[in-house]
Amino acid sequence: MELDLASVTPEETKQLERNVFIGTIEQLKGWVRSNSLWPLTFGLACCAIEMMTAGAPHYDLDRFGVMFRTSPRQADVMIVSGTVTKKMGPLLRRLYDQMPEPKWVIAMGSCATAGGPYVKSYSVIKGVDQIVPVDVYIPGCPPNPAALIYGINKLQEKIRYEAKTGKRVTDQ
Amino acid sequence: MIRTEELLLNVGPQHPSTHGVFRIIVKLDGEIITEATPVMGYLHRGTEKLAENLNYTQIIPYTDRMDYVSAMTNNYVLCHAVEKLMGLEVPERAEFLRLIVMELQRIASHLVWWGTYLLDIGALSPFLFAFSDRETILNLFNELCGARLTYNYMRVGGVKWDAPEGWIDKVKNFVRHMHGKLDEYHALVTGNEIFLSRIKGIGKYDADTAIAYGLSGANLRCTGVKWDLRKNEPYCIYDRFEFDVPVGQNGDCYDRYMVRLEEIRQSLRILEQALEQFPEGGETMGKVPRVIRPPEGEIYVRIESPRGEIGCYIVSKGKAEPYRLKFRRPSFVNLQILPKLLIGENMTNLITILGGIDIVLGEVDC
Amino acid sequence: MSEEENKPGETKPEAAEPAEAASPRPAGEPPEGGAPAASERRPLTEEEKAARRQAAAERAAARAGAARGAASGGAAGDAGGPEAPPKPPSPNQPLLDRAVQLLREQIAEDAVVEAWINEPNDHLPTLVLKGEYWPQAARLFRDHAEFGCRYLRNMAGVDCETHMEVVYHLLNMDTGRNYCVKIRTDRDRPSVPSATPVWETANWNEREIYDLLGVDFPGHPDLRRIMMPDDWVGHPLRKDYVPLDPEV
Repeated sequence: MELDLASVTPEETKQLERNVFIGTIEQLKGWVRSNSLWPLTFGLACCAIEMMTAGAPHYDLDRFGVMFRTSPRQADVMIVSGTVTKKMGPLLRRLYDQMPEPKWVIAMGSCATAGGPYVKSYSVIKGVDQIVPVDVYIPGCPPNPAALIYGINKLQEKIRYEAKTGKRVTDQ
Repeated sequence: MIRTEELLLNVGPQHPSTHGVFRIIVKLDGEIITEATPVMGYLHRGTEKLAENLNYTQIIPYTDRMDYVSAMTNNYVLCHAVEKLMGLEVPERAEFLRLIVMELQRIASHLVWWGTYLLDIGALSPFLFAFSDRETILNLFNELCGARLTYNYMRVGGVKWDAPEGWIDKVKNFVRHMHGKLDEYHALVTGNEIFLSRIKGIGKYDADTAIAYGLSGANLRCTGVKWDLRKNEPYCIYDRFEFDVPVGQNGDCYDRYMVRLEEIRQSLRILEQALEQFPEGGETMGKVPRVIRPPEGEIYVRIESPRGEIGCYIVSKGKAEPYRLKFRRPSFVNLQILPKLLIGENMTNLITILGGIDIVLGEVDC
Repeated sequence: MSEEENKPGETKPEAAEPAEAASPRPAGEPPEGGAPAASERRPLTEEEKAARRQAAAERAAARAGAARGAASGGAAGDAGGPEAPPKPPSPNQPLLDRAVQLLREQIAEDAVVEAWINEPNDHLPTLVLKGEYWPQAARLFRDHAEFGCRYLRNMAGVDCETHMEVVYHLLNMDTGRNYCVKIRTDRDRPSVPSATPVWETANWNEREIYDLLGVDFPGHPDLRRIMMPDDWVGHPLRKDYVPLDPEV
């Protein structure tokens, strides 16, 4: 059967534009992964309450495909919300290692980003990026649930960009 | 005869029961717990050490983050301690504002507890209801002081922001709305057979044990001891309002549940009275010196937070920073009874009992 | 030796100042350096200090006439100003005296090292006991009919530079009476007998004080670190603590 593009009517063209999608498998994988991010419930401190509130009504996260999973083996993204202490650090690394690829990390709140208000403390790890590679940093103390949703959207954009172009976002 | 061996189970610091990073090492014989060792300190951030280099106004944000579910009461305990040590007077309007936000905070905290407790037990919907109502309270706080969770609202000598236009009416609307909601929650959950059979008779202890272990709050009142710091050692302007102190009888999880829900109703009652008597004008901040330097001495104040008795012990050497600041955290003290309650219990009741104690890890670890 | 004044031990003349702070004056000015905006920061001479104390005492005496409530105590002036009348005794003074007397009779003659009333803190009777008598004294506090303090409210450790202190706040729930007991121990090898056999709530409190301050509690069933990881070196809340890894 020959594909004769000249005989395609304008209505069919419109339908084709809407319903047929041409791209790479990588792009498809990126789209799928970004729209069903399953985070690991990793609430540590006050930011955990805002994360819970983001999952609750008013700031529903379920509409983004985000479902909180409790086991690291089933999770895509680890939202580190709260202060990471030196006692908790090795466990955080272990949980990160238990997550299967592809995985991402969101550092939520200023404690996870850089130590936060506890930066001078003797028992706080000043920034979770000393232990795991972080993809998105969300500032705030604690960040509004809307800020968390913005951060998750940014991660979704990053996944799609990196899948489409194959380049890291930081190379721009 | 089947010989079983003891199993060491680690209910690790990361687990879905949303209380924070808390670890229990459980020795199991089949499904019966023979020994439970709690391990904490995964959120120890060194607030007390940090406080030795900050002046009192700078410590107030750190108190928010200690018991992050009921931050207003933490603010208050520090401000109250410093005011008492210095002998400062707080103006009337500020006291009313403080009382209103503390009672609203009590309702919000009990809603979080209720939602997450039922989530732990397995009921997934009440969590959504509770957080939806809590959003209303958080929006009220947002209007008042600009923050949803860590308010940094109270200062030594008063409060930082005055109530904006129409805020009091919004609180009145909320109180009316919450009365109906509370009846709805009772109708939905409290009569549920499955819920009752999971809660009644679990985690019992008597009044003498409670007093020996230093429990406070609903954990103490569920055994029948009528001890509420708002009535027995009144602070702020609580002695002007009428309210009851709900008391349980058996000291089990069901009584703790009922006591806390009743406390919400009594908080609504206090709020109604406070809103009626709210003064028209007035200062929100008393006469406070520019540099807050309490005289040399020490003081221990305590107030009734939603979790129990929160206390603040300050040793001051006459400088702008405290020499030693210690918080008596209710969750830390209440948690001590957990190993005792778990011995001999079925494994399935572990989360029920832990949830019933109502801990917040930021407070346990400070 | 029991004293009615606020904080003995430190025999600085400013010890009289807390008495004024207890009076209901809105500005808690410190005795020295109270200059607003501190425009001059040179150290004050003795005459200036005495003059300021005098002025403060006169202000307090003037305000004493309009003081609200005689129970706030200390409003009538302080022992530093020669013109002010002497303070009325605190309403809890009989409680304190009775406590000291009971301890002396039942435990030992030298069990009580110091005792005073802490006025800003609602006139809390405060006693300093000797460490070796603490287990018996704790039992006395809990079981004796006149004390009956079955509730240990708060336990704190304080690192004073010359010694370590462990502070207990006790409560009798039926009468609502509070007591504060302090045990002093030396700083190099601090050791306070454990109160866990008497009040169960002291268990984790003592572990926390051991962990953060290094105070040993012989008699404790399970003394090990509670907040810091088990292999942590040092006791963080001490004043001379140097963190090993500040850059992490």
